[in-house]
Amino acid sequence: MSRSLMRDVLGAVVLAALCAATPANGTEIGQIKVAKGEVTLEREGQTLPGRVGTRLQASDKVKTGADGSVGITMDDDSLLSAGPNSVLSLDRYAFDPTTNQGRFDSTLNKGTLAVISGRIAKQAPDAMTVRTPAAVLGVRGTEFVVSVDD
Amino acid sequence: MTEFTHPTSRVVAVVLMCIVLGACASKGTVVLLPEKDGRPTAVTLKQGDQEIVLDQPYAAAKATLIGPRAFSSSPQEVESKFGSALAAQPSRPSVFTLYFVEGKDEFTAESQLIVDTILSEVARRPVPDVLVVGHTDAVGSDQFNDALGLQRAEAVRAALIRLGVPAGDIQAISRGKRALAVPTAAGVAEPRNRRVEILVR
Repeated sequence: MSRSLMRDVLGAVVLAALCAATPANGTEIGQIKVAKGEVTLEREGQTLPGRVGTRLQASDKVKTGADGSVGITMDDDSLLSAGPNSVLSLDRYAFDPTTNQGRFDSTLNKGTLAVISGRIAKQAPDAMTVRTPAAVLGVRGTEFVVSVDD
Repeated sequence: MTEFTHPTSRVVAVVLMCIVLGACASKGTVVLLPEKDGRPTAVTLKQGDQEIVLDQPYAAAKATLIGPRAFSSSPQEVESKFGSALAAQPSRPSVFTLYFVEGKDEFTAESQLIVDTILSEVARRPVPDVLVVGHTDAVGSDQFNDALGLQRAEAVRAALIRLGVPAGDIQAISRGKRALAVPTAAGVAEPRNRRVEILVR
């Protein structure tokens, strides 16, 4: 087997393993623990209220109004919290709690975000990214804040 | 402003002003915060193929029209811009540890006492969810220990349900022997590794 083919096969195996760990559509990946003012959720084209206790799914987009803020605890103990006028997309999430392996990509489309990374990034720093419209942030510690101006 | 009438010069002028004033809207800014226990930390900002590594608390970087730029922020600046986001941060998980009799899913006597503290922490949180994580010592195979860790976690989950924590709010998982509290060689019986961690979040 050629080296590049071997790499592709290995890549496919890793991807398959990650997919197996990906919660099926509709599986909960986190929960809103704090909500103030206007907080909404976009899921499959629908807008839902975001309340304390609301469970989140992969691909959810969390939005806050001018008076809003929201705090989320993910399954891997990552803590994400957004200030007013923010849009946060939970693009991709996969987590195997037995091995702590997974993948967590989110995007701050606008507004402000505070991050404390969790077990996915602790296990493999490259497994977590936070994106903005112009940059990709890599997690090498645990705590940082991110902003995207209007 | 005749010197800036050419479109390119105008862009250059705007960019220069942005750099000088440091005040342009950025489509991506990051500020590294200190770790709670003062450990080393870092975050990277990548724009296109350029990357900046920040490894000092309050070091910052942002994406600009001419690529990523590093700058210094401060606790005051972070508080004024990110105060609302930081105020909305959920409480960190509270972690409790219960210990087990070797090879079984029974608590040691001391661990019974911790259960009360766990229940009051669950009651204190507005929307508690509880993660019960079973661990084993290094005696036996991964497969055996994954199963034993899960048995221990399930035993604790069942106990918490009997004590009134809603079943839907408790998840039981096993890490087997992957996260030894006290590192040992394979095959070593170590009571401090036979434990269940309970995270109340």
